[in-house]
Amino acid sequence: MSLTTFLQHCLTGISLGGAYALIAIGYTMVYGILRLINFAHGDIFMMAGYFMVFAVSSMPWPIAIVVVIVGTIILGVAIERAAYKPLRSSPRMSIMISAIGMSYFLQNLATYLFSALPRAYPEIPLLKRIFQIGDLSASLVTFVTPVLTVLLVIVLMSIINHTKAGMAMRAVSKDFETSQLMGIKINNVISMTFVIGSALAAVGSILYFTDRMSVTPFSGALPGLKCFVAAVLGGIGSIPGAVVGGFLIGICETFLVALGYSTFSDAFTFLLLIVMLLLRPTGLFGEKITDKV
Amino acid sequence: MSMLEIKDLKVNYGGIEALKGISFRVEEGEIVTLIGANGAGKSTTLRAIMRVVTSGGGSIFFEGEEITSMDTQKIVNKGIVLVPEGRRVFPNLTVLENLKIGAYLRADQAGIDKDIEHVYSLFPRLKERHWQMAGTLSGGEQQMLAVGRALMAKPRLIMMDEPSLGLAPLVVKDIFSIIRRIHDEGVTVLLIEQNANAALKIANRGYVMETGRVTLTGTGEELLNDQSVREAYLGKSK
Repeated sequence: MSLTTFLQHCLTGISLGGAYALIAIGYTMVYGILRLINFAHGDIFMMAGYFMVFAVSSMPWPIAIVVVIVGTIILGVAIERAAYKPLRSSPRMSIMISAIGMSYFLQNLATYLFSALPRAYPEIPLLKRIFQIGDLSASLVTFVTPVLTVLLVIVLMSIINHTKAGMAMRAVSKDFETSQLMGIKINNVISMTFVIGSALAAVGSILYFTDRMSVTPFSGALPGLKCFVAAVLGGIGSIPGAVVGGFLIGICETFLVALGYSTFSDAFTFLLLIVMLLLRPTGLFGEKITDKV
Repeated sequence: MSMLEIKDLKVNYGGIEALKGISFRVEEGEIVTLIGANGAGKSTTLRAIMRVVTSGGGSIFFEGEEITSMDTQKIVNKGIVLVPEGRRVFPNLTVLENLKIGAYLRADQAGIDKDIEHVYSLFPRLKERHWQMAGTLSGGEQQMLAVGRALMAKPRLIMMDEPSLGLAPLVVKDIFSIIRRIHDEGVTVLLIEQNANAALKIANRGYVMETGRVTLTGTGEELLNDQSVREAYLGKSK
């Protein structure tokens, strides 16, 4: 493999990883607050893909992007209200099962509404323009994805660490009842988590599907699972962890495909999960327990 | 009109009657204490007042207004705060952030800054450690932080659930002198304690609770000298 092809694959991998990272953040944040693996998250990402298909056909793309993000946020919050909120005081397993149900519901709803045939994903001419840096060439989206990911993560981290709302989120993630005693409305904080997670999934979906060119009702399933693995790999509950996990999986996957092992690239991701859980169950950046009694 | 009035309050926990209809009142400017053994329903009473558990009957009035089914957020806004049992500081927030989150419902930044300084003057240790994660503080420091955090809401009534639990005797003494000082600054105090002796000494009035009922009431002095209280809670016979 020449240096150019190596760098070319690196670029592709980093770009794919960026999209994964954005989705993985949604898993890790919801887990941080609710201790719930939101299995429907990958399907929210898929629905965002369909939203884009329909939005672009009736409006210019910059407006369509905004509409897709808003639509995905509404979907994410609605799912939380309908499927998770009523189970707030139930055992955790019940919410988990509800999440799995919601995942299948969305897949089947999409099949029913849009049929299982792949739909062409709209091309945004600007994002598809080919750029050349030295010997490397790629479409703009490949360059934009990692930059945008890093920017969004920086914004997100500063919201969480330096604003009042972020402080409330950190408090709620540790102790529901005491947060309530401070006057924090738990449900608002949870909704806010779903707003952020869904918005990032919408952005991730635009970046991901622009490179893939088609959407099916099952397009969210495998990327969803991989991003879940990314979140676990980085240490579920940790946002920087999810980002590192996302990039790691994106790069590994791309190189396996490049080396001719594309059949094994998905299996490798899950192998990584098993090895990680065996060696370091809390993940790379997993929560350290600082409680002192 | 009493500041806080509880009438026939009942609470059920999954089929178990934790409170079987208790009534008591707290007048403005008093220190009132609820004493009783483990499982008597003292913590449940405070949690029902804050509405983090739902009551199964009875009513709660604060300054003449019924707050029985109000949101916790509104109750905090009315001026009632609870320092929960076991301190429950947010271990993943710094000391300063814990204080700020106590003022979550307030918007007067200048007032908040002033009150942070005030809490620091009550507890100089917190100022020294304001940048530390609260989870790394000692038990006594965490208790101070929990009290300081509650004061940040500018309460009119502060309720404390076992503030001396698990603390060294010297620290317990500190905590009680702080309670007195908060009271001197004009905050009404409702105190739950297993350390009945210390609690009754600083309290104007006290109520004795047994298995979900109030069984005895009187001034702090009266209860300290009451034969049955002395035997049951103060460990002194005769």
